[in-house]
Amino acid sequence: MTLTEYRYSDVVHRCFRCGYCKFPVNWIDVNNCPAYARYRMESYSTGGRLWLIRAWLNDEINWTEHFAEIVYACVSCKNCVEKCPLRFNIDIVNMIVAAKSEMVERGLVPSTVKEFLENVQRQGNPYGSSRARRGEWSQGTGVEQYQGQEFLYYVGCVGSYDTRARQTAKTLASLLHKAGLSFGVLGKEENCDGNEVKNLGELTLFEMLAEDNITQFKALGVNKIVTLSPHSYNAMKNDYPDYGGDFYVYHYTQLVQQLIGDGKLDISGGFNARVVYHDPCFLGRWNEEYDSPRRILKAIPGIELVEMERNKAGALCCGGGGGNFYADFLSGSENSPARRRVREARATGANILAVACPNCMTMLEDAVKAEDLEDKLAVRDLSEIVAEACGTE
Amino acid sequence: MYELKFDANNCLSCETCDCLTKCQYMDIDRDTARTEMAKIINGEDSFVLHDCVTCYACEEYCAMGNHPFYLIVERQEELDVPPLPKPLIKRGIQMGIPFRGEPEIVQVNEPVMTMGAFADLTYLIQGRLFDGLPLISTDPRKMFHYFCQLMYLHYARTSVIKERLPGIIETIAKHNVKELICFHDECYGTFASYAPAVGIEVPFKIIHFFEYLYNRLQELRDEIIPLNLKVAYQRPCSSRLSPDKYHFVNAIFKLIGVESVEREYVSENALCCGGIIMGQRREGSRRRAADIERRNVEDMANAGAEVCVFNCPACFNTLAEPVSRRGIRPIFMSDLCRLAIGEEPAGWR
Amino acid sequence: MDPLYQSLAKIVGEGHVSTQTEELYIYSFDLGTTEPYRPDCVVAPRTMEEVQEIVRLANRDEIPIVPLGGGLSLAGLAVPFRGGILLDLKRMDTIIEVNEKARYALVECGVSQGQLTSYLERHHPTLMHSEPGAPPQATVAGNLAIHGQGDLAQPYGFNSDMVNGLEVVLPTGQVCQFGSCSISAGWFTQHPLPDLGLFLGWAGTTGIITKVSIRLYPRKKILGAGMFVVEDEELVPEIIYEITHTEMAQDVVSFSQAIPPFSSGLHHITINLSADSEEELEFKQKMIWDDALGEYIRRGDGGLLGFARHLQRPQVSKTSDWRKGGGFEYVGAIMPVERYPECYRRGREISERHDIPYTVLGRVIGMSHAMMFSWTYAFNRADPETIRQAREALHESDDLALELGGAIWKPGLYGQKLVMERMDPNTLDLMKKVKQLLDPNGIMNPGNWEVA
Repeated sequence: MTLTEYRYSDVVHRCFRCGYCKFPVNWIDVNNCPAYARYRMESYSTGGRLWLIRAWLNDEINWTEHFAEIVYACVSCKNCVEKCPLRFNIDIVNMIVAAKSEMVERGLVPSTVKEFLENVQRQGNPYGSSRARRGEWSQGTGVEQYQGQEFLYYVGCVGSYDTRARQTAKTLASLLHKAGLSFGVLGKEENCDGNEVKNLGELTLFEMLAEDNITQFKALGVNKIVTLSPHSYNAMKNDYPDYGGDFYVYHYTQLVQQLIGDGKLDISGGFNARVVYHDPCFLGRWNEEYDSPRRILKAIPGIELVEMERNKAGALCCGGGGGNFYADFLSGSENSPARRRVREARATGANILAVACPNCMTMLEDAVKAEDLEDKLAVRDLSEIVAEACGTE
Repeated sequence: MYELKFDANNCLSCETCDCLTKCQYMDIDRDTARTEMAKIINGEDSFVLHDCVTCYACEEYCAMGNHPFYLIVERQEELDVPPLPKPLIKRGIQMGIPFRGEPEIVQVNEPVMTMGAFADLTYLIQGRLFDGLPLISTDPRKMFHYFCQLMYLHYARTSVIKERLPGIIETIAKHNVKELICFHDECYGTFASYAPAVGIEVPFKIIHFFEYLYNRLQELRDEIIPLNLKVAYQRPCSSRLSPDKYHFVNAIFKLIGVESVEREYVSENALCCGGIIMGQRREGSRRRAADIERRNVEDMANAGAEVCVFNCPACFNTLAEPVSRRGIRPIFMSDLCRLAIGEEPAGWR
Repeated sequence: MDPLYQSLAKIVGEGHVSTQTEELYIYSFDLGTTEPYRPDCVVAPRTMEEVQEIVRLANRDEIPIVPLGGGLSLAGLAVPFRGGILLDLKRMDTIIEVNEKARYALVECGVSQGQLTSYLERHHPTLMHSEPGAPPQATVAGNLAIHGQGDLAQPYGFNSDMVNGLEVVLPTGQVCQFGSCSISAGWFTQHPLPDLGLFLGWAGTTGIITKVSIRLYPRKKILGAGMFVVEDEELVPEIIYEITHTEMAQDVVSFSQAIPPFSSGLHHITINLSADSEEELEFKQKMIWDDALGEYIRRGDGGLLGFARHLQRPQVSKTSDWRKGGGFEYVGAIMPVERYPECYRRGREISERHDIPYTVLGRVIGMSHAMMFSWTYAFNRADPETIRQAREALHESDDLALELGGAIWKPGLYGQKLVMERMDPNTLDLMKKVKQLLDPNGIMNPGNWEVA
């Protein structure tokens, strides 16, 4: 593809590199673009990335591995979309994804991205673990297979395979049970939702995943879906309708908030801690859901809820999006967004860092260890906090 | 080419001269009113032409529908005594020039709402009250193709209205519009009052926004939960051009269970927001506008209003902050109606 | 492996130096019309000591160094014309101290405008600095190094007039401090020590500023802007004179532009007002609109558009999108205020001849002591013809500024030559001597202010 064939050819040159995209909504820091925060070189900021993409498509520079890393270092957090004052801001992440897809077409992706995509293709998850083991997290929980219950509880890849995230998947299941919700899971029949695949530029694979999932859901009579991960929530709510997937999709915090409000979950047991909440990008900036998780935390007795200076639309991404929780372009330094975020959380005096996304969970827990804060700050999923307050933990 | 349909005889034989004696911004007795009106009819200068703050109210006061305000504005232009300084007039005229390309013409076959020059407020039009209602003029870059032009009554420039309005009507008509609901009260006034007054043809039926809201609320009656709020209504100047639709304000309030507080400045006695007065040439205009604003807001507060309901975005821009500083929440009428059917208002701050 | 790379990596660590194409490409550009030139290497130091070592290395091996802050001068002042080391200073972004009693802030050279504004708003809400109209990514140090002006220009002058002290790394590697800090008396004043003003306005050709202490000013609870509109440009200087006489205003800017249509052929004079109470605000408004400007309103020659609370940062980046092309550049000149009408008329004529919608503004500096008048030309990065037109218009504007009796502000290479041609020969000679004294090997930002 040449520059003229590039879908955004009439827009990509409009970036002025003014630098707004580096800041959060309240301007407090110039490190709100995760890639720029990590490397602090203009090439890694959004503006630099867009100029490089244009230069590559225009044959001013050649593809190199470094170029590919720069492009793939974008984790699709949408801080730039939030901050850019120009009209094409809504297309910024799309422009970067389009460049990634061009690299996919030409077979020019970094090795970890290649692994990610091949694993998803073969085993339905980026880790390359066997499909057959996808349902193992639910052993001993009594969770039922989905057979037409009211809700499909969609777990996702990270929740199904990552050791820590599996605990969250279990805890959420037990909460939904406690609330008397009618739900079932797909277990080993579950396949990747495709959100990261799309953001990595593999659009053909994404379409295939979406269509297959939709066919499967429809055949099973799925109407309502509750997801563990905001990534799944985003794909199913916003992208699947384009492929005929018309479901009512909830992120679990939206449902749990309602269940608490309706008295179906008794949280009177409380949870005593100073808690700071980290907004996941795919729930926050991508879907403007900043309230449900906070309502949950505010409702639980004993919680002192504090906020980081960069929160809601200004939150600093943990760096786990765009497949980066696996592809790993932003680690290896105290400047990594996850480590910065953890330091920021600790600075509020909180001893619990609450998350609502399994990607954030893994990224931030690793960062807590790297920052040597294990005895000062614990990362807990919202489901775990609620479960403790309900006495189910 | 378009001449104001004004009957001089009717005017000269008027017993009350309500148009001027009821004016809230000039102190005029009946005898003075007759003298000054005669001058105006004859095309002579009068202090009325200099001191008029262009609040539109005399259009309503005149029992004969003889368009005294439109006449005043024509004379202001003819005698070159505009109420605003020339740079503001030039600015206003230039503001209405569309410069970002032609609008997209989409054929509609059902009642449609026009956002006029308020495409930026399209976000207010959502929810069940507006289910399935097509909109035109939703692109801020093209909205001046749909701008009703009536604002120029404040600028002593009926010539600009007459020059541009037929083209605006033509653009709207291209959408195959049969029934047009006007988001902005002033658009309604343009098509229902001004255009006929100067002989400009309007080839579609006009529906007042509040009439639409009222009917829609009736359809959704069962979903209304009475709001039990005390409200004050900010009546815009353009509302004086459609007094026959004013009753919908209270009809809506009754339907949604809000109490319209007992105010001094209400209905015929309503106060202009003062937004346009502030920049006028007349000595002391800035302070006059501030004083009008203060009296208006105090009146709302003294009457116990919790909420101030707005019809017009220009009033909103002028008064929303001062009323909020006084502890009263500003809201658009359509948002209040959405609140009444259990929806979260788009503009609630 | 590249020996330069190796040496630099030893100083800053491998993650903060690059000789890869992507970095060299990006750092070769100024955001305006200046042609790109690639550096040999890009380095991002974190401390003054690292800067020192880099400079010593460059001086020893006679490698050019180009210091870069926010890169928003739009005049090509941080373009590596002779290659060499591009020094990205933005990692040095610590706000070291804010002293409320003496009202100053001590910051490292990479602290951005947005960061400082936000920090003060949260931690010292009764203090503000003079923030320029550039995007918030611009650095505080970079801006005053080019004699920038901000929203306190009227009444307090250039941002470079607000400097209490500097820490500078000389081209030969020594570190110097200027101001009270040099006698370890804190950073609260520049005077009365002997003037060593050799680093502001020199486009980085005499040394690298690593720390700066700037004056802060009172920030009041209510901050807003009023707008006054006139059609006749001849009235603008006298109106500005009247407004400044009241001593009640802050930023005073008069702008006129072809797009959007409402502003064409008119002059919108924005006047910032601040107050701690409604009474104070009303008093200031009365003095300005009623007393100073009332006559213009009565005559119908000037109109008050209103006063809006909550100052919104002007989003100057939007200018870059006017030709849907991601680019603009402007000539700024420090002019006598009475030249406004001609600056406007001639500027409009230049724009129209180059098929660019005209955009001009004048920001008052001090008590109408001068103004910064800018002629802005937008271009489409994807259309070389528009870039050529913009460049021509810019050169003509440089010529115009001097013809009308002004001084070009932060001139690029073209403007620098024009200024040097007109300069007093003894002064020029002294400039040359100063540069030779401080930078004997000619490594600092070469190409700029090169006295023949």
